[in-house]
Amino acid sequence: MSNRIVVDPITRIEGHLRIEVEVQNGKVVDAYSSGTMVRGFELILKGRDPRDAWAFTERACGVCTTVHALASVRTVEDALNITVPPNAELVRNLMFCAQYLQDHVVHFYHLHALDWVDVVSALSADPKKTSALAQSISNWPKSSPGYFSDLQKRLTTFVQSGQLGIFANGYWGHKAFKLPAEVNLIGVAHYLEALEWQKEIVKVHTIFGGKNPHPNYLVGGAACAINTDEANAINAERLAMVAQLFKDAKTFVEQVYIPDLLAVAGFYKDWGAIGGGLTNYMAYGDLPTNGYADVSKFKFPRGVILNRDLSTVHEVDGKDVGQVQEYIKHSWYAYADGDEAGKHPWDGETKFNYTGPKPPYEFLNVDQKYSWLKTPRWKGNAMEVGPLARLLVAYASGNKEVQDIVNGTLKALDVPVAALFSTLGRTAARGLETQLIANWSMEFYDQLVANIKNGDSRMFNGKKWEPETWPKEAKGVGMTEAPRGALAHWIVIKDKKIDNYQLVVPSTWNASPRDPEGKMSAYEASLIGTPIADPEKPLEILRTVHSFDPCIACAVHLYDEKGTYVHQIQTF
Amino acid sequence: MNDQTLTIYQQMLNKGYDRRDFLRFCGWMGALIGVEASGVGRIVHALETKPRTPVVWFHFQECTCCSESFIRSSHPIVGDIVLDKISLDYTETLQAAAGKQAEEALHETMKKYKGEYLMLVEGSVPTEENGVYCCIAGRSALDIVKEAAADAKAIVAWGSCASNGCIQAANPNPTGATPIHKIISGKPIINVPGCPPIGEVMAGTIVHLLAFDRIPQLDGLGRPKAFYSRRVHDTCYRRPNYDAGLFVESFDDENAKRGYCLYKVGCRGPVTYNSCGVIRWNNGVSYPIQSGHGCIGCSEANFWDNGPFYQHLASFPGFGIETTADKIGVAVGAATLAGMAAHSITTNIRKRREIKESIANSKTDKEGGA
Repeated sequence: MSNRIVVDPITRIEGHLRIEVEVQNGKVVDAYSSGTMVRGFELILKGRDPRDAWAFTERACGVCTTVHALASVRTVEDALNITVPPNAELVRNLMFCAQYLQDHVVHFYHLHALDWVDVVSALSADPKKTSALAQSISNWPKSSPGYFSDLQKRLTTFVQSGQLGIFANGYWGHKAFKLPAEVNLIGVAHYLEALEWQKEIVKVHTIFGGKNPHPNYLVGGAACAINTDEANAINAERLAMVAQLFKDAKTFVEQVYIPDLLAVAGFYKDWGAIGGGLTNYMAYGDLPTNGYADVSKFKFPRGVILNRDLSTVHEVDGKDVGQVQEYIKHSWYAYADGDEAGKHPWDGETKFNYTGPKPPYEFLNVDQKYSWLKTPRWKGNAMEVGPLARLLVAYASGNKEVQDIVNGTLKALDVPVAALFSTLGRTAARGLETQLIANWSMEFYDQLVANIKNGDSRMFNGKKWEPETWPKEAKGVGMTEAPRGALAHWIVIKDKKIDNYQLVVPSTWNASPRDPEGKMSAYEASLIGTPIADPEKPLEILRTVHSFDPCIACAVHLYDEKGTYVHQIQTF
Repeated sequence: MNDQTLTIYQQMLNKGYDRRDFLRFCGWMGALIGVEASGVGRIVHALETKPRTPVVWFHFQECTCCSESFIRSSHPIVGDIVLDKISLDYTETLQAAAGKQAEEALHETMKKYKGEYLMLVEGSVPTEENGVYCCIAGRSALDIVKEAAADAKAIVAWGSCASNGCIQAANPNPTGATPIHKIISGKPIINVPGCPPIGEVMAGTIVHLLAFDRIPQLDGLGRPKAFYSRRVHDTCYRRPNYDAGLFVESFDDENAKRGYCLYKVGCRGPVTYNSCGVIRWNNGVSYPIQSGHGCIGCSEANFWDNGPFYQHLASFPGFGIETTADKIGVAVGAATLAGMAAHSITTNIRKRREIKESIANSKTDKEGGA
């Protein structure tokens, strides 16, 4: 007998995600992933000024803020053939790095950790032992017995208040929790410290983009002018603050995040064999070191790996209409030529076509359409995107820095290479790339300072700013790597206005429903085989789904090249 | 209210802070909210005696930038807010429980603290097609918001989505995205617009509610006057450049490098009420204009449809620095949270008309000049 379990809402994510699974003999045998909210972004973009698109698309997501703005300015720059000055590229790289540092740390501690750390167990930890353990894995100064003792008292008071707030009704005491009480107490301490620290690194965005979340971007470069002799511009004080923020970030990552990640992973090595899912991985790559046009000099390379074959990296071309295509067989949309067709984003069409149950409902009709997410495919293949995909593509591309850090970690944890293809591998990959980015951010910073020292203060290329300079029609693609994976925008500009605009985002790749051939996407595939100790408390589902860092608001969208909008609500 | 709960003062003592720390904390909260020194005593009293207020935080059509902004607050820091000041019993972004357990936590709070819980809403509510465009736990956002509002003590509409519809309500508003105050009536609703609002403004709104046990004074659009009564233009440190006629003509030109006024390259500071120029962002580090980009007006209703952003406004009313939203609007007096009766928000028709006119003028100017 199988048993249907519904987890809705999936919490500690961005957006609205529902997971339905079939459990048989204590294991997941079937899984369905559904995005349950839609806003209609691409339709809203039609007819707007392309230079404004970054602001609209940035609002696709406030957790991975900036990444849509970056994809958008690149898309418009690609369409209009604009090259940004080196300083603007460096500022964008620095904002990219700051975003990863904040986002990955918040994911680990605030969105993912409570799947592994039992907060209630921390109450019974011995502060002295906790201190000794903390000091054995890191030089982080906040590690005295008194520090942990105070924290434990605070936590005890909190629990005794009877108002458990964000910790209410958690799966505390679940037998899948395996950390000793002392590690749990360290986890809780760093949960709070990370929450306080994360608000610092984003100040890099505030300096260059005026605010965070949702800093400002600019087609053609960056809006923050450089003038070393002016209080109102990027000057030595502003740069010193950027340097300090990155330095502190590097310390936090190296002394808190990475030691915690390794300590926790050491107790959950069995999750190195659970949650592997798909065998194909894709990265668009990012962090240019010689301009966005020179993909060969990206810190994160571009490419596809098929069937976990690390000997071959396949080329990815966003402009080849045969490569990236979206399907709607199981999505609440309709195509003019039927539910089986795949559409390249430049040729997209969409109509809402909600055929699901009328709310309130208990289950979705998973054999029919069951999500507001479309299903993207690369040459027909389902792809996992995200930190693991990025590291695998870099590893397979021969990037020595990535190979060293991955091999070193596998050795430290004493697990085989195959452990990478798992829930644990995904979570570890996120930490490892954070460490790489902490290092790279200093390189970009040094380069920016060197440019300014050499007299280059250019930040903006205004040659194609005025719409009068644009061709009558233009098409573009802008690619980046959001923290959650490969992100691209496609634009068609006609008569100086947006004629068509599409976003194909990481969580659409990972969280989408099945394609017309019945092939699962990454979330669904990775849940198959997951052990479920207690169907009433499906903690294990959260572990695997959270390992992808779901971000659903941006995954759900619609577009229509003709701008027509049709309601086709059929089943009421 | 659960009588086992500890006051904020007790909890601070338990955390190892002394009374001096506590008084200092009350002092800066007072400064943040803008009360005079004589008012600090009331904050001290409130936090010494109040148990943690139960709070439920909903997410509908949004991007979670409001939650992200909230956790950026530097004073109070969010760890202290959620552990010591409120009991955040439901929040899809942070809570440990998921699915059934999360929904149980929500309903338990709504039942146990009927009429006492604070309801925070992030996101607009789609009203087309029976609300199928946003469902949580198999229920439509429309259903959920109505149910939760019925027994809430007060509602805070976070960000532009919940207070004016924001981007999904931009033309053609495909899902019928609707702000909270157009769905719920008969409850105090505090609109805290912005995309997102400043973190310290969000925290400050919460602190005001807890410390004074009343909703802050609101303007005609339901916004706390402490944070939304001044135009960005009137509080902009680049304002003297505007008055002197010193403008950036194009991004990164010599005038941009000198930090001149951004009016000509597109700045909505003159028609935007927010405290970016005063509080600034991320603990006062900067704000859009200081970092060289015009204000896009993200706290104003319909700002997405008032573009394009890089088109300058032809003219705008109420030039004088003395102008406040209050003067050209209708202020809504403060009322205590406890026993709060029906509370209506008066629309600031006059100000809206003025903004509309300035946009229309701007468009005319563009067409004429092209």
